[in-house]
Amino acid sequence: MSPTGKLKLIDRVQAINWNRVPDEKDAEVWDRLTGNFWLPEKVPVSNDIPSWHTLTEEEKTLTMRVFTGLTLLDTIQGTVGAVSLIPDAITPHEEAVYTNIAFMESVHAKSYSSIFSTLCSTQDIDEAFRWSEENENLQRKAEIVMKYYKGDSPLKRKVASTLLESFLFYSGFYLPMYWSSRAKLTNTADVIRLIIRDEAVHGYYIGYKYQKGLEKLSEAERDELKGYTFELLFELYDNEVQYTEDLYDGVGLTEDVKKFLRYNANKALMNLGYEALFPKDETDVNPAILSALSPNADENHDFFSGSGSSYVIGKAVHTEDDDWDF
Amino acid sequence: MASVVYFSSASENTHRFVERLRLADLGLSVHRIPLRPTDEHLRVEEPYVLVVPTYGSGSEGGAVPRQVVKFLNDAHNRSLIRGVIAAGNTNFGSTYCVAGDIIAAKCDVPYLYAFELLGTAEDVRRVRDGMGRFWQRQSRIPA
Repeated sequence: MSPTGKLKLIDRVQAINWNRVPDEKDAEVWDRLTGNFWLPEKVPVSNDIPSWHTLTEEEKTLTMRVFTGLTLLDTIQGTVGAVSLIPDAITPHEEAVYTNIAFMESVHAKSYSSIFSTLCSTQDIDEAFRWSEENENLQRKAEIVMKYYKGDSPLKRKVASTLLESFLFYSGFYLPMYWSSRAKLTNTADVIRLIIRDEAVHGYYIGYKYQKGLEKLSEAERDELKGYTFELLFELYDNEVQYTEDLYDGVGLTEDVKKFLRYNANKALMNLGYEALFPKDETDVNPAILSALSPNADENHDFFSGSGSSYVIGKAVHTEDDDWDF
Repeated sequence: MASVVYFSSASENTHRFVERLRLADLGLSVHRIPLRPTDEHLRVEEPYVLVVPTYGSGSEGGAVPRQVVKFLNDAHNRSLIRGVIAAGNTNFGSTYCVAGDIIAAKCDVPYLYAFELLGTAEDVRRVRDGMGRFWQRQSRIPA
């Protein structure tokens, strides 16, 4: 922070040279992010209008509340979170990646508005935003994360940011996956899948930069940050459970959502380089939800557990170099 | 002798998964595909299972890391692959762990296992157990 209290972006400006990239991960992630670029206008959300009208009033209210909650988080991440990481960047390329992340978070925030304006009345939208502003658990979630963004530790900021990208969104992401698994609001789900894909790259990259930062620290300092990470995760998890109950108790989905939360909490920890915390039987996400997220995920890729009867002797087919040019 | 060949980027995710398998205890040797183009090319001399991360994006293009493509472009290396294990992230939707599908199809070997990011304790246990049995069976196949 500068004496005026405004976020100070950088000490000095160095012209960015993409022909010399000290950390090749910066260029790799930049390419992935720009390759994944999208805008909500390309998804025909208006095709969901008939489906929207099949939802009960309670289901509509839930859906709008979920999306206002997601809008709040993406607003924080776009205007404060990703921007607060810029001054901590080691290289100009890392700064450039954060500007891309910040911009895409703003695209995400705008996507929810475009879903709202397509499906709901202005009055209903305003009511849902009012609920979000008054919901204690949602506001606490925002406060906890904001506190770390304003703090003085670059690595703690990365932890908070990774937990936001890889964990805190998922109480909300659950619902469009649930609707999609029941063949409802499928275009809306397509928009959310694009957001989920982006968040994976964001969480991966910020978590990677956190781990690079840890390499320069003493073992005691690393232990302290690990303790801090797990404490923050528990604090956020407890709050997330209450927020989930506020949203989903009425439709009876709370326990199903909690499994999805724990599954994603594990992935957030892994993005930070830590081992998964919650055991298998607490993270067995409903297969319909997992399949809505990734149609590939429910295919049986556990050859080892099979009887072995169908097993194939390795024999490489003749291929040309061109075949491998993918 | 049997072995495991793996690729891991600077994130070291796949590296850590392979380390946790403690394959040396199973009598398997472990080789890492080099990260940089200037590094010496890896040429293997024994059958292996390939462990590979999927580079996530919306399409299949670029899903297999280019270093792995280079390694498999060597026909001798390709002739010794016996199976593939892929890492990924379900957030990438239909391209989740698709590097495993691509390599299994191109090399006509079984797609043994898919896991996310660093892999959970359960993934480590299942792959370690499975790998032991897999190589036992392989050793009974006449050359």
